[in-house]
Amino acid sequence: MKPDAPAGVMPRPEPFPAAVPRQSLGHRATGLLFSDYFVLYLSIAYFLALVPFLPTLANPANLANLLSNMWPLLVVAVGQTFVLTIAGIDLSQGAVAGLSSVFAALLLATAAPVAVLGNAPVWGLFLSENGGLLAGIPGATWLAVAAILALGALIGLANGVAVAVLRMPAFMVTLVTMIAIAAFAIWLTQSNNIRDLPANFVALGKGTLVSLYFGAAEESQVARRALHAFVTWPMIVAITVALAAHVALNRTVFGRYVFAIGMNRNAAEISGVPVRRVIVTVFVISAVCAAIASVLYTARLETGRPTLGAGNFLLDVIGATVIGGTSLFGGKAKIVWTFFGVLFFVLLSNTLNLMNLSAFHIDMVKGGVILTAATLDVMRTRLMRDRAV
Amino acid sequence: MTALLSFKALSKDWFGVPAVSDLTLEVARGSTLGLIGENGAGKSTLMNMVGGVVTPSDGEMSWKGEAYAPRSAADAAVRGIAFIHQELNLFTNLSIAENVFIDSFPKRFGMIDRTRIREDTAALLARLELDHSPETLVAELAPGERQIVEIAKALHREADLIIFDEPTTSLTPRETARLFDVIARLKAEGRTVIYISHILSDVKMLCDEVAVLRDGRLVEAGPAEVFDVGRMIRSMIGRELAGMFPARTAAPQADVVFEAEGLGQPGVLEAVSLNVRAGEVLGLFGLMGSGRSELARVIFGLDPVERGSLRLGGRELAGGPGARIAAGLAFVTENRRDEGLMLDAPVAENMSLVAVRTFGRGPLAVLDRGAHELATERMRGEIGVRAGDIARQPVKALSGGNQQKVVIGKWLMSGPRLFILDEPTRGVDVGAKYEIYALADRLAASGAGILFISSELEELIGMCDRVMVMSRGEVTAEFAAPFDRVKILAAAFREAVA
Repeated sequence: MKPDAPAGVMPRPEPFPAAVPRQSLGHRATGLLFSDYFVLYLSIAYFLALVPFLPTLANPANLANLLSNMWPLLVVAVGQTFVLTIAGIDLSQGAVAGLSSVFAALLLATAAPVAVLGNAPVWGLFLSENGGLLAGIPGATWLAVAAILALGALIGLANGVAVAVLRMPAFMVTLVTMIAIAAFAIWLTQSNNIRDLPANFVALGKGTLVSLYFGAAEESQVARRALHAFVTWPMIVAITVALAAHVALNRTVFGRYVFAIGMNRNAAEISGVPVRRVIVTVFVISAVCAAIASVLYTARLETGRPTLGAGNFLLDVIGATVIGGTSLFGGKAKIVWTFFGVLFFVLLSNTLNLMNLSAFHIDMVKGGVILTAATLDVMRTRLMRDRAV
Repeated sequence: MTALLSFKALSKDWFGVPAVSDLTLEVARGSTLGLIGENGAGKSTLMNMVGGVVTPSDGEMSWKGEAYAPRSAADAAVRGIAFIHQELNLFTNLSIAENVFIDSFPKRFGMIDRTRIREDTAALLARLELDHSPETLVAELAPGERQIVEIAKALHREADLIIFDEPTTSLTPRETARLFDVIARLKAEGRTVIYISHILSDVKMLCDEVAVLRDGRLVEAGPAEVFDVGRMIRSMIGRELAGMFPARTAAPQADVVFEAEGLGQPGVLEAVSLNVRAGEVLGLFGLMGSGRSELARVIFGLDPVERGSLRLGGRELAGGPGARIAAGLAFVTENRRDEGLMLDAPVAENMSLVAVRTFGRGPLAVLDRGAHELATERMRGEIGVRAGDIARQPVKALSGGNQQKVVIGKWLMSGPRLFILDEPTRGVDVGAKYEIYALADRLAASGAGILFISSELEELIGMCDRVMVMSRGEVTAEFAAPFDRVKILAAAFREAVA
């Protein structure tokens, strides 16, 4: 405590984290624990620790794969971060992604096999042997992307209105949306995937701007698989979304409202924060992010897949966000945290795959890691409180 | 008569602040004791010690002649002490019979013996003249009937002492009359009753003994005959204060800033009209449940109102808090932790929350961080918040008084014309209280109107130009300085004092 601390200030045993003089090891350790970059350090340490045992981990091909797995997940997790910040949760993101994927294919497919899709309720209405609704129209890809984002926004709007205006719990609302929309997406195509997406759409998921080549310089011909995608369209989209989200959350009035609602909804309301409007907007952001990610995934898979967001999708999104450090109780979030959380989660999945573990083992380990992260979060909060008050 | 319950030099400190000190009192078996005192006099702490919820710091209690140190509420219940609280402890989703037997279901062959609980409960209800089947869900009962169920519960446990804490606040006159009937019957059965109430005429009518608490001490106790209502009130207040309040620096101006006319909301407000002039501090006094905080919420657009109109600076007020803040209202609520502050957020962010949109630049409302820092630093100086780095330090690390200054500061930033201060000095130490009073005075001197709501009569007398009194949702009286505290209290208690 400063000796000249004026009267009235509660005595506190330690200065605040940012002012921690980095002297002792203990200080250094807690400083690290409170740092925004904690999960990044953790990821690097994890990577370095495993490289000697899993040399393939550092292969350019694997790194390119790691990155390509990271971008769509980052977009969804950014959306989820907004919802968690207002102490809500959005379970419907996976279902939105699934429906968006089907929707994209229904609009854009250039052909469709009647043998596979002839029984689907959309056959004849949206889809025929000549493909989807917008097939062959110039600029169809952009029209379709706009339509998909609008669809996402609409679902988010429904979620938001139910939570903010009808005051239903976010968990219930989005659970119901998840169940209904996931089932609807599957029903639309009778659980079939739709292929034959146009090339300029597929480029959104696979298009490479900068590739790296690690072979001998004098080779005159380079095999396609020796080129490793580095800067891709998904990367640009994801980083743009993350940057925009960062600005929105930290540098705008809207962001202050989001945090205020998450920290104390009553106080926010009494202070004139347009609580309902902000909540609705947050759910719209979340669903639109899911729709954007769906475009990236769908293009990468070259398939409209109703079950795109099924299975572990939700676990990955919420797990990555929470590992980053965003609190499930609201009011505590940063986009960089989510970025590092996604990085760590993707790295974790990747290494577990490389270890040739079965899918079951992978999920068990992932579950354990999320539990550890949650425990760490509780400990961090407690430590922080002990230091602050 | 022997003492059923007695206290000997009983004390309770909360972090060094005495809530009850050195209290010695006996409650005779079969008597009815009226326990009175202002809010914060120590009544609740004392009863919580009896109920096993709070452990005394010093002194002892005895029950039926034996040393008594309950470890929990259940412990007290087993010994035969029952509480009838303002907020009833009933399970509304269960039936009357299930509530009565909740902690001791009789069993037959391992199953609840439904026939027996039904019959026993029916007998109890008949004794209390509550005309309902034991199977009726508590949710379907009126507040007064629920209270009778609580009493049935106490009787079922064969409680020797039944403590009523403000039992009539939510009752209609008819329900109140029935409750008094039941209490009279309990007395006739020889049970002992402690009756806590702000309604002094009820205390006078029901009780044989009266004990008056003030600042945690027993002021006086004696047979009810010697206490008239005037003496009770004088005994409850009984102190003179000087030098606790800053001198007011400016007189109220002529023009009316705020007007409320005929506000009515069934069960909450009854034709409430008031006006506040520029530079005026209007005090609003009332006991808990008098409707004072509800009035503030209605004015601020947080609660609905069925009738009446509100005008600020001649313009009709409408919409939610956002619109009313824009029109020039400010509301420092009585509960700063739940409604005033984002405890984990830095001081500066708390200060700027109300006015945050004024820092937005461009179509995306990007925060102008330089302007934000400048404005919050200026505000910190203006209200004298003692904190380190306000951009970093969370507001929860401040003392209560400084926290309250932050709440006031966040409203100052929006430049309001009417301030509603609801219990602005609650949980604040004496020094910070003075600063908050000085802040209120400065606000008034700068031309704002202030509606100062408080249950501490002293601060209203010390700070206000006028004081209005509310009781049961109605304005019962209005006083101008110099104030007569006995008359103000009498209006709040709805008593006629000669």
